Amino acid sequence: MLSGWTVILVSFAYLGILFAIAWWADRRADQHRSLIDNSTIYALSLAVYCTTWTFYGSVGRAAATGIGFLPIYLGPTLMMALGWFIIAKIIRVAKANRITSIADFVASRYGKSHLLGGLVTVIAVVGVIPYIALQLKAVSNSFTILAAAPEIVMPVHVGAVPLLHDSALYVAMIMAAFTILFGTRHLDATERHEGMVAAIAFESVVKLLSFVAVGLFVAYGLFDGIGDIFAKAAEVPQLDRLMTSRDTAAGYGSWAALTFLSMLSVLLLPRQFQIAVVENVNVAHLKRAAWLFPLYLFCINLFVLPIALGGLLYFGPNSGVDADTFVLTLPMAHHNNALALLAYIGGLSAATGMVIVETIALSTMICNDLIMPLLLRRGWFGLHERSDLSGLLLEIRRWAIVVILMLGYAYFRLAGEAYALVSIGLISFAAVAQFAPVLIGGLYWKGATRSGALAGLMAGFSVWLYTLLLPSFAKSGWLPADFMSAGLFGIELLRPQQLFGLTGLDEISHCLLWSLLANCGAFGFFSLLRAPDAREVRQASLFVDVSGWEQAGPLPGRLMTSGGTTLQVTELLAVTGRFLGQAKAQEAFERYARSRGLPLEQLTADADTVNFVERELAGAIGSASARVMVASVVDEEPLGLDEVMNILDEASQVRAYSRELEQKSQELTRATAELREANAQLRELDRLKDDFISTVTHELRTPLTSIRAFSEMLQDDPRMDLADRTRFLSIIVSETERLTRLINQILDLAKLESGRADWTTVEVDLGQVIHEACESLSQLYKEKGVALTLEMAEPLPQVMADRDRLMQVMINLLSNAVKFVPQTVGQVKVGAGATASDVRVAVVDNGPGIRTEDRETIFEKFRQGGDVLTDKPQGTGLGLPISRQIIEYFGGRLWLEAPVAGGGAHFVFTLPLPTSDNAIKRKAGGAHDKENTDRGR
Amino acid sequence: MYRNRLNAQRLAAVFLVGCLLFNYPLLALFNKATSVLGVPLLYAYIFIAWLGIIGLIALIVERRLD
Amino acid sequence: MTKKILIVDDEPNIVLSLEFMLKKEGFDVAVAGDGDAALEKIAAFAPDLVLLDVMMPKKSGYEVCQTVRADPAQGALKIVMLSAKGRETEVAKGLAMGADAYVTKPFSTKELVAQVKALLA
Repeated sequence: MLSGWTVILVSFAYLGILFAIAWWADRRADQHRSLIDNSTIYALSLAVYCTTWTFYGSVGRAAATGIGFLPIYLGPTLMMALGWFIIAKIIRVAKANRITSIADFVASRYGKSHLLGGLVTVIAVVGVIPYIALQLKAVSNSFTILAAAPEIVMPVHVGAVPLLHDSALYVAMIMAAFTILFGTRHLDATERHEGMVAAIAFESVVKLLSFVAVGLFVAYGLFDGIGDIFAKAAEVPQLDRLMTSRDTAAGYGSWAALTFLSMLSVLLLPRQFQIAVVENVNVAHLKRAAWLFPLYLFCINLFVLPIALGGLLYFGPNSGVDADTFVLTLPMAHHNNALALLAYIGGLSAATGMVIVETIALSTMICNDLIMPLLLRRGWFGLHERSDLSGLLLEIRRWAIVVILMLGYAYFRLAGEAYALVSIGLISFAAVAQFAPVLIGGLYWKGATRSGALAGLMAGFSVWLYTLLLPSFAKSGWLPADFMSAGLFGIELLRPQQLFGLTGLDEISHCLLWSLLANCGAFGFFSLLRAPDAREVRQASLFVDVSGWEQAGPLPGRLMTSGGTTLQVTELLAVTGRFLGQAKAQEAFERYARSRGLPLEQLTADADTVNFVERELAGAIGSASARVMVASVVDEEPLGLDEVMNILDEASQVRAYSRELEQKSQELTRATAELREANAQLRELDRLKDDFISTVTHELRTPLTSIRAFSEMLQDDPRMDLADRTRFLSIIVSETERLTRLINQILDLAKLESGRADWTTVEVDLGQVIHEACESLSQLYKEKGVALTLEMAEPLPQVMADRDRLMQVMINLLSNAVKFVPQTVGQVKVGAGATASDVRVAVVDNGPGIRTEDRETIFEKFRQGGDVLTDKPQGTGLGLPISRQIIEYFGGRLWLEAPVAGGGAHFVFTLPLPTSDNAIKRKAGGAHDKENTDRGR
Repeated sequence: MYRNRLNAQRLAAVFLVGCLLFNYPLLALFNKATSVLGVPLLYAYIFIAWLGIIGLIALIVERRLD
Repeated sequence: MTKKILIVDDEPNIVLSLEFMLKKEGFDVAVAGDGDAALEKIAAFAPDLVLLDVMMPKKSGYEVCQTVRADPAQGALKIVMLSAKGRETEVAKGLAMGADAYVTKPFSTKELVAQVKALLA
């Protein structure tokens, strides 16, 4: 009744319906009334996860291991809970960077690396091919079985069928044709396929309905409900064991490993990435998918064990009917052809859905990340050819689809028979799990580098090849069997599925352990070998800094300020046009120009424009190729220091920030210390000034006291006798003189100290000054009977100084001396001589001398040598400080020599010779300026 | 709604609870040859726990926030 | 009986003026030029009142004042501090040291005499 032709006809009719749905959805998309902009459709399209593996294979797995089929669906449930952290972030990153595939994602993340994109593509293709083979096997088997109805005949071993009689080959070819029709009709810059997604969502509904229908039929048609199946199965010892899990560490270990593996796969399988990320219309759709997709998985698994047990009960444990076919054979056995056909259609849905999305995803990767970079490198597209290349891109993809399906068929012929459906699928799961470290790591770890990603992927992929793929060939007899039992080169430790002697794990857990260990290890090790370069840092911050939760803000574009030209824009437009088609490119450029508020003619190829073109092109040819194309036009300079500074990764920003904080706090501490010190100095200065003023007032008040007292006495007593009157008046006069002298000297000192003194710096004959000073004091010396002797090595050289000031110093020293020497026997000697660099003048007396400890204090203000004397010395206590100021102004020194036994005071000063010291001239010049400004006031 | 970081934490918690429920040793507690309403205990446990997790996720993401 | 006054200052002209003035007022006057001499004179001359300059060589007026106040035998001795330093802290310090009055230079001769007379009355 169900002839082969009926089945074929129904199959094509079903495919026709799919195509109609796709066409309708595409048209709606063109009208901007997207059908798939809907969270339920998104969730349903995610159910492309459920393939023939689920539809047929789960039952087979359940018949063999009981609940062992479940981890594959629990993992995705957990991932969807976690997906809010990971999937949402991936979607935002992908949208912002026009990511077209998982290979593009990884390549883009690590500095738009061709090599990495190519490697991911190779791994994905090689890894997924067994999975595609699984679909071919399932569809061809189900067709063969159904076509043989009402007999239930298991398909013969595939190797026994001649190639041209193998239905799987035709299935592969038809699927290739169908996929080409579906996915490569036109080229879209965003690489989105609305029609395909709509069809996939429809297929998800079909496969769920047909599976549940079969489940209900088995439970309530063949048996009296689910309880009846379980009750009957419990009576059969062989089936009773399926009710519980293997209660061993390895059993739970492999359970956990499969859960983990499926968690990764639901995101990393190329078709899952395509549907969940690339085809996603709105991140918000993830919200419903987070529970609806798991609910779908829940529903489609509800009847798996009942069908498996029902089949085993119905056919008997050793009937030879493959449990993988129960979904089809149970209705057939009960001659329910309509249900059998529905089941077949469900299986076909599962297979076509998977194959379409998977091959489209893979063909995009092959085209964008494998073929295009090679062509670009060979320079096959000369920039000045103006031909439209979008046709070539589509051609490449179409051939890629054919090649992928043929490879799938080849794997099916080579190795497909050795495994049940589920086991084949798990090989692919383990392969794509290798993307996890570089993808998820790259999403959160900015330190991850291209070399780390390359090393990690290669290490993990190699281990996968060795421990899982090669054994699948060996088990099918295509490799020598002793490869498995004795290991490579006969080395026991290298046995592929007991690597390094690790036993007790199932082959999937074993592969997963070693491959991810090698993968993560190499990824981490090589990433940490060197710091990311500028391009990697830039890409890392684009990927890592996108928050999965916040709306993506403006992209942190490159802050390249250099202009670029409008001519370059024309070229960029031409290049883009060659990949997207002229009309589309023109439209995109105009839209972009509008968004920047510029007419297209005025647009220059600045950083923003370059980014825009790269994103547009990335949709068509992948980010890495897009970068090369754009660079060939704008000759983008390598990232300059400025740019690098601008795209500092978060870590270094934080580092810099904390360093800044630390620096600031150090500066603050330092400033505080300086302030405190300055404050202390100020307070000390204040105290000194206070003391000075206090001392000055004291010195001023003392003569005032005498003057007032005597004046009042003279005033009060007009009849005072003349002698007293004269004596008092002369005291008043001398005290007044003293007061005047004091005030003059204080003012003088204030001027000197503030640098506002008037200096007249000229060449001065020091010998003459000394002579004149002695001359002017000779009267005083004579009066006191003090001998003044002069010992000069004449002629003394000229010095640069102020003549009057030098005179002041000499008179101060000589009058000090005469004040302290004893009368009549007093002697004062003046000596002068020149050395090569300076002139030296000494004034020596035979007075009481000055105590060693006072040698410096006498140069302080108001510190007279008088403290040692009983008699109050005359003078103000300012002479020596003023003299020292004067001498030091001209670059010389004034000091008191150490006293010799019985000797008096011995003052010395030096003045530098002008020829040897430019400083004097400078000082002299400065003084002149000062003078001028003073005069100007 | 998905700016709500509280929801993120709730979902992370659900993930952890799920990891716990679907693994040894909790799984071993129910790994017994008995049945509930005719359904094997382990089978019933996993499906109920699974539904619970799905329900929790739905509750968290679909609940209207004021 | 004639009151005895000791004048202590290192400034000869001030000593001269005070000596002249107080003698004219009828006091028995002695002088000293520094702190040490002042203490000797206080012991030898036994004055009723001392006019004591603060800033002096050898011993300052404060020190002299302290020494005198430490001697209970000199309890009746009046001390008038004379100083060119008129800041409040210095006045307070002088009074705290036991001075009976603190006079800032330059002073009015009449007021000083009046103060001396008041203290000796």
